[in-house]
Amino acid sequence: MLKILKYSFYDLMRSRWSYVYFLFYLLLGFVLLFLNNDVSKAVITLMNIIIVLVPLIGTIFGIMYCYNSKEFTELLLAQPIPRRSIFLGQYLGVAGSLTFSLVFGLGIPFVIYGLFKSNAIFDFTLLLVTGAFLTMIFTALAFNIAISNENRIKGFGYAVLLWLFMAVIYDGLFLISLILFEEYPLDNFSLVATLLNPVDLSRTLILLKLDISALLGYTGAVFKQFFGTNAGLVISALMLLMWTVLPVWRIVFVAKRKDF
Amino acid sequence: MIKVENLYKKFGKNQVLDGLDLQIGKGGIIAVLGPNGSGKTTLIKCILGMVIPDKGSIEVMDTPIRRTWKYRSEINYMPQIADFPGNVRVRELFDMIRDLRQRPDRQEELVELFGLEPHMQKRLSTLSGGTKQKVNIVLTFMFDCPLLILDEPTTGLDPAALIRLKRLIREEHSRGKTILITSHIMEFVAEIADEVIYLLEGRIYFQGSVEELKKMTKQKNLEHAIAALTTTTADA
Repeated sequence: MLKILKYSFYDLMRSRWSYVYFLFYLLLGFVLLFLNNDVSKAVITLMNIIIVLVPLIGTIFGIMYCYNSKEFTELLLAQPIPRRSIFLGQYLGVAGSLTFSLVFGLGIPFVIYGLFKSNAIFDFTLLLVTGAFLTMIFTALAFNIAISNENRIKGFGYAVLLWLFMAVIYDGLFLISLILFEEYPLDNFSLVATLLNPVDLSRTLILLKLDISALLGYTGAVFKQFFGTNAGLVISALMLLMWTVLPVWRIVFVAKRKDF
Repeated sequence: MIKVENLYKKFGKNQVLDGLDLQIGKGGIIAVLGPNGSGKTTLIKCILGMVIPDKGSIEVMDTPIRRTWKYRSEINYMPQIADFPGNVRVRELFDMIRDLRQRPDRQEELVELFGLEPHMQKRLSTLSGGTKQKVNIVLTFMFDCPLLILDEPTTGLDPAALIRLKRLIREEHSRGKTILITSHIMEFVAEIADEVIYLLEGRIYFQGSVEELKKMTKQKNLEHAIAALTTTTADA
């Protein structure tokens, strides 16, 4: 598996798009730091971008890689390698190289700017960790779509829809339901609804660590009570982990039964 | 060498393999023939474990292949259409497969035989169809394995390369290897095969030597014999 991972990783690191992605974050990091002149503020702005962009890039890269490496996969299938290794290796290669671009693209400017001397280091690390999780989750979901759909156009369609749903539509539905049922106690509902969407979960997790949760009012207090504690943090981390493990498990499950 | 029992495979509504039984002994060149869509490639892919049969069992070298993969290290497979990852260089592709297989190889010798040196640094997407097929041949023949499976190996080859390929196949044959070939070029089959398997509608319709086939259909050459076989079955 490590060999497949190595080849997928190198293959991607050599491609132009990985550079573009890396340079984009590098540029973004520098620009934000220059404009804000403050690490904590830059982290907040960055969060808003990461929450939307990382899932999008993960989905698109994942689905593109799957379809583009079809020949590579078929070549490997005739070799003495178990299927699990082929698919897990490819998945980790893609998710790994994207995470690499994210962490180093953003890490370098912040470190140069003096991250280690600022007190935002924990927030920034949390941002990178959730970013890494989102990359892994959405790449895994994209692999799932690609492996279940032979038709590329359909696959791309589903992938974009998935992103749109998670990043935009889910929030809309969430808000509508809050307004519709405003007469009922909704703290637990909103808590669960937040936990069920990795994008929302990441956003809430970061926001609450950033000491701006006072702006969120009463619900914010409930959230703070939950996410702010260690138990909340652990549960959130477990949820993110679940969101990663389940799709990855399904990749292996489907791949083992598929005809090529 | 290969033992297939009662093999069924359906793609959607299309029953591709319909209770196929097959036994192939050790050593020899066996041609798998049949009209388009008769299940040749599916059968090969089942043996390789790329397609998972609905029913039936396959044994390669006396071991059932279900849910295993190690037996593939004893097989060299040459796919029908040489589709390789486009942005990889020829040398990198060879290095990668060697790295994955981890056994002695004779890459240098074969690269020289097919005149691939000038292409070693090129990306696979820039190669012509015939050159890709040569890369495919080198990849298939560079390891020493008891079983070779070649799916349409002659596609796109120039006459010189074809002669070299035939020599290569004979060479492997003389080393006691089992070689499974599918082809639509009957001259090639007649020249090289010891045994013919004729597939029709997902079953073995005929298995025997080229001579037996000619005798059975009362034809003088293989091409006509196969054509006769196809038309008589179509009439039936």
